[in-house]
Amino acid sequence: MLRDQDRIFTNLYGLHDWRLAGARARGDWDGTKAILERGRDALIEEVKNSGLRGRGGAGFSTGMKWSFMPKQPGPRPHYLVINADEGEPGTCKDREIMRFDPHKLVEGALIAGFAIGAHTGYVYIRGEFVREAEHLQTAIDEARAAGLIGPNACGSGWDFELYVHRGAGAYICGEESALIESLEGKKGQPRLKPPFPAGVGLYGCPTTVNNVESIAVVPAIMRRGAVWFAGLGRPKNSGTKIFCISGHVNRPCNVEEEMGVPLKELIERHAGGVRGGWDNLMAVIPGGCSVPVLPKSACDTVLMDFDSLRDAGSGLGTAAVIVMDKSADIVRAIARLSHFYMHESCGQCTPCREGTGWMARMMGRMVTGDATLDEIDLLEQVTRQVEGHTICALGDAAAWPIQGLIRHFRPELERRIHERQASGTRAA
Amino acid sequence: MPKLTIDGIGIEVEAGTTILQAADMLGIEIPRFCYHERLAIAGNCRMCLVEVEKMPKPVASCAMPVGEGMVVRTNTPGVRKARQGVMEFLLINHPLDCPICDQGGECDLQDQAMAYGRDRGRYHEDKRAVADKEFGPLIETFMTRCIQCTRCVRFITEIAGVPELGALGRGEHMEIATYLNRAIDSELSGNLIDLCPVGALTNKPASYTYRSWELKKTESVDAMDGLGAAIRVDTRGNEVIRILPRANDAVNEEWLSDRSRFACDGLKHQRLDRCYIRQDGRLQPAAWPEALQAIAARLKGVPAARIAAIAGDQADCETLVAMKDLMASLGSPHLDCRQDGAKLETGVRASYLFNATIAGIEETDALLVVGSNPRKEAPVLNARIRKRWLKGGLTAAVVGPDGDFGFRHEWLGDGPATLAEIAAGRHPFFEVLKAARKPMLILGQGALARDDGAAVLGLARTLAETTGMVKDGWNGFSVLHTAAARVGGLDLGFVPGQGGRDVAGIVAGAAAGEIEAVFLLGADEVEMNALGSAFVVYLGSHGDAGAHRADVVLPGAAYTEKSATWVNTEGRVQRGRLAVFPPGEAKEDWKVVRALSGALGKPLPYDGLAQVRERLAAVNPVFATLGAAAPAGWGAFGGGGPVAGAPFVSPIDNFYMTDPISRASKTMAECTATFGATCGCNHQKTGTHG
Repeated sequence: MLRDQDRIFTNLYGLHDWRLAGARARGDWDGTKAILERGRDALIEEVKNSGLRGRGGAGFSTGMKWSFMPKQPGPRPHYLVINADEGEPGTCKDREIMRFDPHKLVEGALIAGFAIGAHTGYVYIRGEFVREAEHLQTAIDEARAAGLIGPNACGSGWDFELYVHRGAGAYICGEESALIESLEGKKGQPRLKPPFPAGVGLYGCPTTVNNVESIAVVPAIMRRGAVWFAGLGRPKNSGTKIFCISGHVNRPCNVEEEMGVPLKELIERHAGGVRGGWDNLMAVIPGGCSVPVLPKSACDTVLMDFDSLRDAGSGLGTAAVIVMDKSADIVRAIARLSHFYMHESCGQCTPCREGTGWMARMMGRMVTGDATLDEIDLLEQVTRQVEGHTICALGDAAAWPIQGLIRHFRPELERRIHERQASGTRAA
Repeated sequence: MPKLTIDGIGIEVEAGTTILQAADMLGIEIPRFCYHERLAIAGNCRMCLVEVEKMPKPVASCAMPVGEGMVVRTNTPGVRKARQGVMEFLLINHPLDCPICDQGGECDLQDQAMAYGRDRGRYHEDKRAVADKEFGPLIETFMTRCIQCTRCVRFITEIAGVPELGALGRGEHMEIATYLNRAIDSELSGNLIDLCPVGALTNKPASYTYRSWELKKTESVDAMDGLGAAIRVDTRGNEVIRILPRANDAVNEEWLSDRSRFACDGLKHQRLDRCYIRQDGRLQPAAWPEALQAIAARLKGVPAARIAAIAGDQADCETLVAMKDLMASLGSPHLDCRQDGAKLETGVRASYLFNATIAGIEETDALLVVGSNPRKEAPVLNARIRKRWLKGGLTAAVVGPDGDFGFRHEWLGDGPATLAEIAAGRHPFFEVLKAARKPMLILGQGALARDDGAAVLGLARTLAETTGMVKDGWNGFSVLHTAAARVGGLDLGFVPGQGGRDVAGIVAGAAAGEIEAVFLLGADEVEMNALGSAFVVYLGSHGDAGAHRADVVLPGAAYTEKSATWVNTEGRVQRGRLAVFPPGEAKEDWKVVRALSGALGKPLPYDGLAQVRERLAAVNPVFATLGAAAPAGWGAFGGGGPVAGAPFVSPIDNFYMTDPISRASKTMAECTATFGATCGCNHQKTGTHG
């Protein structure tokens, strides 16, 4: 369990002042100039050594990502883009950071921007986050007025500007290349990779896209050192993480915990346990709606980090833990997710455009049992036809929840079909 | 240069090549829908997935650059399965209306479904239906068939430079549509039909009239403008059903302008299919011998100095040389092929050619367009300029008519005064041209077909010489012709001989009674009312202005109906082929001239096409080499003297109607009505119009 002194987000619940004075009282903006004076390479090395893995879901090494940026700035400017388009159902961690600890993000943006050689940063914030955008803008304005960012930020000699750009409500704009397209003013559709943003990103210039949480923990890593951060959690899954626990628990909450905390401990200790007791648990989606569901048997022991959950056949994703007790209609829940992906598919590439609709319609019939037994296999095959064949990961994200459902709850699907067939009627 | 292995075959290709291109070089076929070699890569159809060693997922080969030591497999069970999956997805919402779809038989989706499709569908949900869109009179839409490959969007945005199409909506609801729901106002819109891999965009004028396998395909060249684009004429029986472009990188890449493509229905209307003789003020049908006798009888005793000939814009070189020889044997110097009155000369071949060549446009770094609207006069060539501009590093400027040409340019002025200023080095753009590595001047007919045309030509030559446009390996002086017949006519010297009259002179002479007989070789742009009481013989394919004025009408062949030679604006000698026979009693034009020469008692010394072509090469050796644009030598040309203040005006007023064929075309009439407001001919519609 995370000790209080290791907590990074000390105002996660908004109990304290979120503005500059409060943030400074909590240690933000302390010695930022000295951090920058260590130099680009040292900062990147520090982040690499900390083992920080991207908090947006894919879990790619943040330090590694920074090191892909050109070492010597060419004629094209470098850009830092912060992904605050937090649209993953069940996830609300970035929102709390921007609401109550925006200065952590602003300071992190300066450090990250300096480390990758960017004088300009953009925060692409989800359009629905109205208050959060206001808080963030206030924090940026405060920091700029205090000389912390802007020309000669913190007296370091480095110019850095940070802009807030508000999205218009498309889930796909949370995908980094679609986000860049949207930021450029185009239709939000993912780009083909390669080239990767570090080579050809925003306006064709080298760009690093990082999640809000990844950036917001950077100042703490710099102050306390990579060793401290790497000492938390488990090897290759280090540090702390904000978990968003929702669903059938007694006290849904956001909580910062060490990586690798057992799922059961996380739910019991922080969320007041599953409604009706642990044995009333049916399933958990451990990482936002894009990862496969875990049945209770797996939930008993699984640890909450990237590698453990991958080994358990799911993923950490955004660490949005969606808990379902036995009263939940698991098929309907997954069908709702399928509908979500159908709605949010950008339509650019074939498997996702056509496959998400097909899957959603079949899932709709699975809910009522208006299907045949072999359609379960067909549905499984369709998810395989989508998975891995698309431009971006939305296709995978649409396929995995259904695969998890079929893997763990096939008897439930079959039961519904049998029942419907026995009743001899079709649902309206 | 990276080396890689595809299906076990090693190949070394240039860095930046994609896997799909490398596979194409090896002859390994990778199916594709969205990929097109002349468009930006979209990578969205996912049909071209291949496996690459050390990559976790199959990759889209169209978008993946090759890497050193890559091991690619295109025919594993995994690849097949991936493609079958994509194919199934494409088909679930695609209607099964192949039997009534015009694309049937030449449909990429149909072809690939043979290789990767299932024998029955597994999709039992409701299919998607998409409302059809109105794309104008040329393109029929069946949007339910659309597979969202976005080739059309990319073409119209990148190549045509008319960003009117887009993919609206997302997910399953993504639809290709014009943003403002109106017809696509591009002179190149017909190419969307070729690019569409399915039957979503089809040929509207020809819809439901053919099945692709019924058509006989004849490779030919276009004669609707000065470009000489490579075309394929698709015919059934003796009817031209449609005209498609062929690939010719030197000229049209694989594009074709809408007029060249869609005016073909004009080949069926207003045709002259028999001879006519004017009797009592009315044209009466006549047989060939009667018509020829009538001409011979009328010309009997008329001195040669009172006979003239004018060649039209689509006349082929065989006819031109025959007519020229006939005029020579009659002893008349009054002949002209410059129907529009352009002050072009024949002395120096480089003075009337597009010397930079169309492909050469891609090399220029500074361009001055004078007296031309390239978008209307040569849309395909204009697309080349745009292509060059998109690459970056082109400074372009315009003197004369301004407009949206699809490339950024500075408008310097509207008339010869500005040109004179530049030529004299008193204008900043002079320095731009002078500093350029390969400066280029496009000189339109709008600058030459005017009274001071010779002086303008002289100014242009001065400009070319003083800015260093003419040098080793580069000649940027480029005359843009709008008529297919013009360069051929100039090459053959179809211009006034010693003491001869030019077009204006002939017309004036006819009006004054000094010219008694005028031969019109498909010349319809001459002021017919001004011909006075002259005896007019019209040889041509369509009942247009010339035939209405004529005293004797001799029916000729249109460009699809004869094996004939044209020289394009670059000086490229190209040969068209007979696709269908001329209608009724109409004959190939040179044969008519040959017969006429016999009737006039001055038989020409050739009886077969081969002999005429020998004669062509004898008159000008350029005709001995087909398909090449040989560099022409530079020399002194052009006149001096003052230039007028009148602004340059593009010779093309309405892009859709420039010649007898397009004027007879219903499709072109519809285009004129639809795009009238923007075609510069004042068909502005009001809210209460019609």
